[in-house]
Amino acid sequence: MLTKRIIPCLDIKNGRTVKGINFLNLRDAGDPVELARKYADQGADELVFLDISATQEERETIYDLVRKVGREVNIPFTVGGGIASADKVAHILRNGADKVSVNSAVVRRPELAGEIAREFGSQCLVVAVDARLVDDTWIVHTHGGTRPTEIELYDWVKKMEDAGAGEILFTSMNHDGTKNGFACDALARMSDLLHIPVIASGGAGSMEHFKDVFTNGKADAGLAASIFHFQEIGIPELKEYLYKEEIPVRI
Amino acid sequence: MIVIIDYDAGNTCSVTNALDRLNADYVLSDDARQIQGANKVIFPGVGHAGAAMEALRRKDLVSVIQGLTQPVLGICVGMQLYARESAEGNTSCLGILDTKVTKFDESMKEKVPHMGWNTVHQEVDDILFEQLDKSDYYYFVHSYYMPLSEHSTGTCSYQLPFSAAVRKDNFWGIQFHAEKSGIVGAKLLSNFLEKA
Repeated sequence: MLTKRIIPCLDIKNGRTVKGINFLNLRDAGDPVELARKYADQGADELVFLDISATQEERETIYDLVRKVGREVNIPFTVGGGIASADKVAHILRNGADKVSVNSAVVRRPELAGEIAREFGSQCLVVAVDARLVDDTWIVHTHGGTRPTEIELYDWVKKMEDAGAGEILFTSMNHDGTKNGFACDALARMSDLLHIPVIASGGAGSMEHFKDVFTNGKADAGLAASIFHFQEIGIPELKEYLYKEEIPVRI
Repeated sequence: MIVIIDYDAGNTCSVTNALDRLNADYVLSDDARQIQGANKVIFPGVGHAGAAMEALRRKDLVSVIQGLTQPVLGICVGMQLYARESAEGNTSCLGILDTKVTKFDESMKEKVPHMGWNTVHQEVDDILFEQLDKSDYYYFVHSYYMPLSEHSTGTCSYQLPFSAAVRKDNFWGIQFHAEKSGIVGAKLLSNFLEKA
């Protein structure tokens, strides 16, 4: 049976992990490769690296990181952050990543999604969407969720599916950082609307939240950062819990 | 020497990384004589079956692959190209297996692509799966599948049971990405390298 995926997300700046990672037994908490290997060994199903570098110069370090992760990690991984051209996609995939995620760049120029899908295949294109519920309407935001657009969430994800996205990574800005649970209503509606997998992000605070997102939220994968980095929830115990709750997971 | 067929059909990087982790010696090649002279051949494929067959024809590799007698491992689209034909791009394929690769049904509740970790039921004992457990998971990403046949050695269920692994004579094929399937996938690849 196809299992639900658990995906730790690592924020990368200038080739290093950021956001105080408090992980036991790490020689270097800032080394994304070591952290990635640790998560893979613990049973993470995929990894996402999000490059939040501010300058072009810092961003160039991502290729080196992708090469190292590709050499050392034997599970699929996605790279996102600042990807705005098919050339950069080619470079990241050729260095060993399995997928790229694009966000603001496809809002700016939606044709980019189709260009990437046609050239590299839908299987490697994750369209990440940050949205906020404003007066009962989910509005897509760009630039790390800081800038509102006039685009409605469900129209947008459908358009991206039609353009060739292989997966949607949806972050609810209303839930992100709250640790009060995922945006299950919006996720379930999205999952019913789309025929491609949906990755849920934003709001994970407990193991029950993952159960909730895979049942009520109908999500195919759950992504989180700080709860894994600070070891509030360990991946082995999370999977053990989900398994007992009859959610299909890889153990 | 292991030869990985290099024919511009997707990314060979994850396969070379996996072989590096196994300390295997290999070369990437699209040269007919080098491929024919290999001890073992890995035939990867990511992307589009129609485009992949185009690339093989352009490089004059169709009859080269059909004529190989050493162990060959087709991975994902590589395995699918063993078929007679594929619905992806409505292309004729290598015809090593008399079957047709078909698209998953997009109107069903199970989404397309089939993406993520799934189990493989071993239909017969095959060296690829030696010391691997029936409860082990493998990483799949595909929208097209090869139906079950007498050559299916492993089956996976998604929408319907389909061929997750096949073997005919010296041709092995796996639909999943062993190179991305953690330690289980690494074991399977090392089984091919050491025992096939």
